[in-house]
Amino acid sequence: MQVNEYKPLIVAFCCNWCSYAGADLAGNNRLNYPADVKIIRVPCSCRVNPMFILRAFQRGADGVIICGCHPGDCHYTSGNYYTRRRMALLFSMLDYLGIERERTRVEWVSAAEGAKFAATMKDFAEKVASLGENKRLEDLRCKK
Amino acid sequence: MQEIKREVLVNKAKELLSDGTVDRVLGWKRGEFDYDVTPGVFRSAEELDSGFVWGDFCGANFSKYLVKETAKGEGRVLVFLKPCDTYSFNQLLTEHRFDREKVYALGVPCNGMLDISRIKESAEGIVSVCEEDGKVTADTLYDGKKTFDRDALLPDRCSNCKSKKHVAYDELLGSDGEVLDSGRFDEVEKLEKMTADERFAFWQGELSRCIRCNACRDVCPACTCEKCVFDNPDSGVENKAAADSFEEKMFHIIRAFHVAGRCTDCGECSRVCPQHIPLHLLNRKFIKDIDEFYGEYQAGAEVGSRAPVVNYTTDDIEPSQAVERGEQNA
Repeated sequence: MQVNEYKPLIVAFCCNWCSYAGADLAGNNRLNYPADVKIIRVPCSCRVNPMFILRAFQRGADGVIICGCHPGDCHYTSGNYYTRRRMALLFSMLDYLGIERERTRVEWVSAAEGAKFAATMKDFAEKVASLGENKRLEDLRCKK
Repeated sequence: MQEIKREVLVNKAKELLSDGTVDRVLGWKRGEFDYDVTPGVFRSAEELDSGFVWGDFCGANFSKYLVKETAKGEGRVLVFLKPCDTYSFNQLLTEHRFDREKVYALGVPCNGMLDISRIKESAEGIVSVCEEDGKVTADTLYDGKKTFDRDALLPDRCSNCKSKKHVAYDELLGSDGEVLDSGRFDEVEKLEKMTADERFAFWQGELSRCIRCNACRDVCPACTCEKCVFDNPDSGVENKAAADSFEEKMFHIIRAFHVAGRCTDCGECSRVCPQHIPLHLLNRKFIKDIDEFYGEYQAGAEVGSRAPVVNYTTDDIEPSQAVERGEQNA
């Protein structure tokens, strides 16, 4: 008998210059990472508006991770510094509203860190899967 | 009771109108009831005599009104600013939202404004409200005379007043106070100490009352965008009653986030909320976090300061650490 295992849906915002290339490298090296991760390419991690994250949750994401260049290595000099401040505040606010803090994460992944990308995604997917479905920030109208 | 008398304000306004320093006055006028005070524009001494009010219900912060009022034509606008309003005034100047030359700011001291809803909780049909020796007496149609302690009627923003000091004015009426060391983060800390489930239940209870009237956005001196994201039909949270619990949270998180670092903690959002949602607790959470992560910052304390959210240092706290710190508090 086949049991339908719960699979989380994870949205990963990856910056074009580092993390997206890191994901590419993970692919080239045939490193496994969960297929639950849906990557969205953004020009810079600071392109990620807090509303994108909430919108991802609305549309059924169980976890959202933002990946960018390591602080100091931003292609646009300072974009990821702003991301860091914004996301620290936003995540703290989500936590304040009682939304599980493991559902959101920021990780710095460079273009040379394919292995780190795969490991991060694996770890994050496991954490989110253990939390189960996103119930606290769901939009019932978007449920299939 | 306010320290300064209505006549002092009216006489000063008349004087400035007659000598041509200003050509209109932004002040408080009576609404439907004594306690229902609304902002108004006065153009003559007669209008001031008949319509101007000053008292314990003059809570409105006029800073934001200056954006539209100064754009209406030539001539200066006289504006009355309470200490907390002056922070918003500076913040708007920092953002170049109005022309400083077109404003004549009169600082007025404030002893805290009363929250009529606290009287309404136990008295129906309020006819008039008067005060003597720290006791407020409400004359009502159905419950007779009711007496309250003045301190018990202060809204959170006034009982935890952050400052009695005017940070901007052209002329000060009465005396200036000091920046206070108030317990304005006590409520936030209490919430932080709860478990995630309790917090979620608390906010679900508060935010589900939201009727999306947008009063909090409209009154907020930090919300002065010409086009607001919430007016965009594609935003998913345009002007309409929230269809489900997601939209309430989306609206309130984004509203608070948009003013993070620029919010002066004037508390207007909570004052105007018809559903009495403690919206200032969201703003204060951001202020508290900013203070803890990036150093003490008071928006509007000086003109031209750079808000922490549009600034950075190379050794800022990581988002994961920020959240872990929350875990230690709990």
